[in-house]
Amino acid sequence: MRRETIINSLLLGALLCLPIWAAFVDEPFHISLATRVAIFALAGVGLNIALGLGGLVSFGHASFFGLGGYAMGVLASHAQTYTPIMEIPVLIEGTNSMPVIWLVAMGLSGGAAALIGALSLRTSGVYFIMITLAFAQMFYYFTISWSAYGGEDGLSIYVRNTFPGLNTLDPIQFFGISFVLLSLALWLCARFQNSAFGLALNAARQSPARVETIGITPYRIRLLAFVISGMITGLAGALFADLNRFVSPSMFSWQTSGEIMVFVILGGVARLCGPVAGAIVFVALEHVLGGLSEYWHIYLGSILLVIVLFARGGIVGLLAGRQVFHD
Amino acid sequence: MSAVLLAEQILNGIQFGIMLFLMAAGLTLVFGVMGLINLAHGSLFMIGAFAAAWVAAATGSFTAGLIAALAAAAAAGALMEILVLRRLYGRDHLDQVLATFALILIFSEGTRAVFGSFPLFLEIPDALSGTVVLPGGIQYSLYRLTLIAIGLTVASGLYLLIAKTRLGMQVRAGENDREMIAALGVDISKLYTLVFALGAALAGLAGALVGAIQSVQVGMGEPVLILAFVVIVIGGIGSIKGAFVGAILVGLTDTLGGILLPALLTMFMDNSSAASTGSALASMAIYVLMAAVLIVRPSGLFGVRH
Repeated sequence: MRRETIINSLLLGALLCLPIWAAFVDEPFHISLATRVAIFALAGVGLNIALGLGGLVSFGHASFFGLGGYAMGVLASHAQTYTPIMEIPVLIEGTNSMPVIWLVAMGLSGGAAALIGALSLRTSGVYFIMITLAFAQMFYYFTISWSAYGGEDGLSIYVRNTFPGLNTLDPIQFFGISFVLLSLALWLCARFQNSAFGLALNAARQSPARVETIGITPYRIRLLAFVISGMITGLAGALFADLNRFVSPSMFSWQTSGEIMVFVILGGVARLCGPVAGAIVFVALEHVLGGLSEYWHIYLGSILLVIVLFARGGIVGLLAGRQVFHD
Repeated sequence: MSAVLLAEQILNGIQFGIMLFLMAAGLTLVFGVMGLINLAHGSLFMIGAFAAAWVAAATGSFTAGLIAALAAAAAAGALMEILVLRRLYGRDHLDQVLATFALILIFSEGTRAVFGSFPLFLEIPDALSGTVVLPGGIQYSLYRLTLIAIGLTVASGLYLLIAKTRLGMQVRAGENDREMIAALGVDISKLYTLVFALGAALAGLAGALVGAIQSVQVGMGEPVLILAFVVIVIGGIGSIKGAFVGAILVGLTDTLGGILLPALLTMFMDNSSAASTGSALASMAIYVLMAAVLIVRPSGLFGVRH
């Protein structure tokens, strides 16, 4: 077994064991911390497809995270007040069923990713970074002034949405849902890396000209990767909104984009379980440092800085050595 | 809507655009010369505003506040370059984004720890308060008019500096070929620090000037930073002229969109929903502008195609 595979199993095992232990000793707070990790990791797995495999440095994944969140917020708030979302031309009603919300969230964020990607992928490098950031900011300001759904104050949903056969209000069952979705996304991602599509994407990152000479258009595979990436992050957004039972424009903020990026880079770019490691460390730091000092962002910033300057390859890179899938 | 109101809003748009230019100039210069994307440029804007507000409150002099803003931002910029950014020039943009994101966290929380979460206020100096009457009977704030004048002066100074002086020649040469000018005996790392401090000082100046018309608080820099990104994407990265044109375009679009769109929508719907829909759409106007520019010219209006 490769060293990275062992590390991956350890990471996922640890993420699975903590809440089970917490459920036994009846510490629901730790279960919700683990759920947070799983959801952040899922958002990171989405970004990792664009960032790690495709080399597309998107600083605007908050767009998709927020769209997923608002898909949940809008649908559930209409279900909560028993008012239809629209009546003309067709009647659309709200819902509080998680699977439906997930589909809507992924559809919306996928559509947005297709639009944003189609425009942004015409450029590259630093332009791409700034444009994706600007689009996320556009959503941010739009939701702030969109008073129908709470504007700046956001939307509260009083009851967590339902999943057939499960009691989602039970923390450990909601964790289970998040963990299963994370595992599915990881499995998909692993399949991806070795598929023809994944290889072409990786090749397009390393040498677009060569990929073009063998008859593949880099633009199209990058766009597809960007859409898949956006959909996974959108799903994470819907789960995150359900975890907090609250959505607000801050899900679209540039800090959110930055944090999703931090999960990926902290853990190790293009490493399968990099986002899991990154999210575990991020939430742990947030929890531990946040308890030590009100100004814990200073420490977080310093740690990040040290990692970028001196520990390239992230946590998984440090543990598993430098052989990465793509290098 | 009256012509006077419209003229006033156009002036507001130009004033906003010129402040954006001060931010965008530093960003685009740093990117053009060092190939570095610096998210922490917004923090320099904030440092300028805080230094100005603090010194002006302590000494009672606005001018002292401005000088403090320039000095503090330039010093913070130089320090940042020497300690951190210097190590990142050869790295890919991903590392630069993450490291400067980390710097924002440090600067923002550091400022919060020192000054607290409550906003500071910077008073407009007496000599510049009040309004003046412009030709055509337009009443306009003297302070905002001064901002436009200062901005235009700085812009032309910057143009002269880059186009006519020896330093400017080295900067332009550095953009083209950094190995070559290092081989010709120019101390490239000193040049980089200097360029970076210059960009930082401009951001600090913008922060101090804008600080007098809005509250000075932690996190004030990032919205401006992102607008400055939009500006340089529109204008073309690395081009000072592009930054100027882009800044004025963005300033006008943002200000006029907020006035004209709700007014336009009242023709189709009732007043209150026109106001809310209009303001929601207006907040997206500059991004639509950016998208439109990108469709026509993917590397910006004055950008160089690579």
